[in-house]
Amino acid sequence: MLTNKQTIGRNMFKYLKQLTSLVAMVAVLFTFTTESMAAKKSKTLKNTQKKGFVRCGVSQGLPGFSNADAAGNWTGVDVDVCRAVAAAVLGDANKVKFTPLSAKERFTALTSGEIDILSRNTTWTLSRDADIGLTFVGVNFYDGQGFMVRKSSGITSTSQFKDGISACTNIGTTTELNMRDFFNSKGIKYEPVAFEKADEVVAAYDAGRCDTYTTDKSGLAAQRTKMKNPDEHIVLPETISKEPLGPVVRQGDAVWEDIVRWSLNTMIEAEEYGITSANADMMKTSDNPAIKRLVGAEGELGAAFGLDNDWSLRIIKQVGNYGESYKRNIADTGILPDRGPNQLWTKGGILYVPPAR
Amino acid sequence: MNFKLKDILPQLITVTAVVLVFGFFTYNAQINMENRGIDFGYGFLSQESSFDVQFSLIEYDGSHSYFRAYLVGLLNTILVSVIGIIIATILGVIVGVARLSPNYLINKFAAFYVEFFRNIPLLLQIFFWYFAALRALPLPQDAEAMFGVFFLTIKGLYVPAFIWQNFNVFFYSILAAIIAIIVIRIQAKRVQENQGKQIPVFLISIGLIFILPLLSFLIGGVSLSFEVPVLKQLATTSFIYDGGVSLPPELIALTLSLSLYTATFIAECVRAGIQGVGKGQKEAAASIGLTPNQVLKLVIMPQALRIIIPPTTNQYLNLTKNSSLAAAIAYPDLVLVFAGTALMQTGKAIEIVSITMFTYLTLSISISLLMNWYNKKIAIQEK
Repeated sequence: MLTNKQTIGRNMFKYLKQLTSLVAMVAVLFTFTTESMAAKKSKTLKNTQKKGFVRCGVSQGLPGFSNADAAGNWTGVDVDVCRAVAAAVLGDANKVKFTPLSAKERFTALTSGEIDILSRNTTWTLSRDADIGLTFVGVNFYDGQGFMVRKSSGITSTSQFKDGISACTNIGTTTELNMRDFFNSKGIKYEPVAFEKADEVVAAYDAGRCDTYTTDKSGLAAQRTKMKNPDEHIVLPETISKEPLGPVVRQGDAVWEDIVRWSLNTMIEAEEYGITSANADMMKTSDNPAIKRLVGAEGELGAAFGLDNDWSLRIIKQVGNYGESYKRNIADTGILPDRGPNQLWTKGGILYVPPAR
Repeated sequence: MNFKLKDILPQLITVTAVVLVFGFFTYNAQINMENRGIDFGYGFLSQESSFDVQFSLIEYDGSHSYFRAYLVGLLNTILVSVIGIIIATILGVIVGVARLSPNYLINKFAAFYVEFFRNIPLLLQIFFWYFAALRALPLPQDAEAMFGVFFLTIKGLYVPAFIWQNFNVFFYSILAAIIAIIVIRIQAKRVQENQGKQIPVFLISIGLIFILPLLSFLIGGVSLSFEVPVLKQLATTSFIYDGGVSLPPELIALTLSLSLYTATFIAECVRAGIQGVGKGQKEAAASIGLTPNQVLKLVIMPQALRIIIPPTTNQYLNLTKNSSLAAAIAYPDLVLVFAGTALMQTGKAIEIVSITMFTYLTLSISISLLMNWYNKKIAIQEK
């Protein structure tokens, strides 16, 4: 037996339910019309557009890759990847918030959502890619681990290393593991001295605590410029590991992953087709359809990411192509004037990216 | 009934709130980790660590497990804490007593030391001792031998290694000496209580602790030789000392800075303790004919210790926890090895940080319990 009051209550509840579903349907329709599918699927893209800046994790200061000047302006090839994404997604390469991270903090900062791109000279390895909730999107620098020694030591090759050698390095990097593999395979007893921050590694090695300093060769070249007297040190010719460095994103956001991957690819492909920040606008009238696609004059490449068609043009105009970025950050600063493997495949290097089409 | 509920309710609400908050965070962490494809589990502890550690008290290299790496870090943390606590205590007592000295120079010097070292952040001091020492110490090839066998160099302090034969006999001889001393002490106390005669226990003790081990050398077949470190060339300008035992400069700098810093606080505890004992106690003790030594030992110290121990326990705990700053200067303690390298290589942040936190908690509580036990022992026994 229901009382009158209860019946009314029930009916009211029914109406309310219908009303809510109607509102929900309208809302869904509305979002479909204002937001693209891609943006809806990518939480990271949506958040980034809402915030108005890209959250990018970088190193605590590695010249050529990510380094802040006295005024707090970040430069480097790793920094340029984040700037490219900002140019593509937000239309302005300067809308990036950089978070300096130690090797130890970097992955946690990314997986916990503190940053959205980790562009911090990070080596792409199987266990990192598969294990800890990360996805590597590409390679922006092909590197390898090497050793630095004092010139006065007379050592010119790793074959002259002897039992008891002490090696300074960073913790929490592939360097520690490679170093062990290397010394074990040569049967050399060594003393690892591992610091948390790169600045302390350099200071300790420079003071004479260690006979050798080991890390990625690009890192050695960059840190050498920070030493008291750079000319007293040399980087040995041997490379003991493969260190493909590249940007990383969180697992589970395929659209964001694609945006970062193709922002990097765009820079490399632009160099391949000779598009620079200076001539990008003129290239719109090029005869080559591949070039026209890259500068947004043909095709609908941006739509797949939920971006407008000028996304790649903005990257090239505001950040430049890969060659420009390399020259500005690494070659002109005297860190590694020779591009080595980081040259286009058409010019004897191994930079080869899938076509943008 | 009502009265009881009123009593229990606030406690019940508090417990529920704590459980709910804890549950919320656990649940949240679980959901987030699942969303991001991070596995949770402690299985990694048995995997091969594949990284080496500079300095270890147990046998370890990269072919051992992560658990072994954890033990290496833990032992290194305990090592630096124990040495630090011992040095800080000795130094703290000396400085604390010195601050009460009527001698103007000693008094002011102790005061200056305390004010200087306790007012500079510890991390800065660690950096100072480490990098200042690195810059000031000679390279191995330039090092002058101290007493002919010690070499203090930028790569560490090299000391001779002891090479024992029949070490166990030597060890038992010392053990026997200690037991004999304890027995004699108890006996001496009884004799004094019954007959009022004083036996020179101290002299007998010194005699025993020297004579018994000496006998083990003469008739027990114990022998000891030293392995003195020898300079070895690695390259034109690169040398190390081979043989002997080497203490890394990281360990030395860390122990030095931790003890110098903590000793200032202990010194203040000691000063407070001694000043807390009424002047009348000392005068009364002197008036019944006790020697100054006896006054300190039998009257002042037992009372002062009651004031000194509780705050000193805090300092011991601080020192242990502060030892985690080791990571800054490459001393492979628990934080650097386990919460540093191991965390990085496995990506198991929650697991490793929780283990590390729990370990520090256990360490601190152990020290705390030990000191509380001691405190209870020396507290006033109500009769």
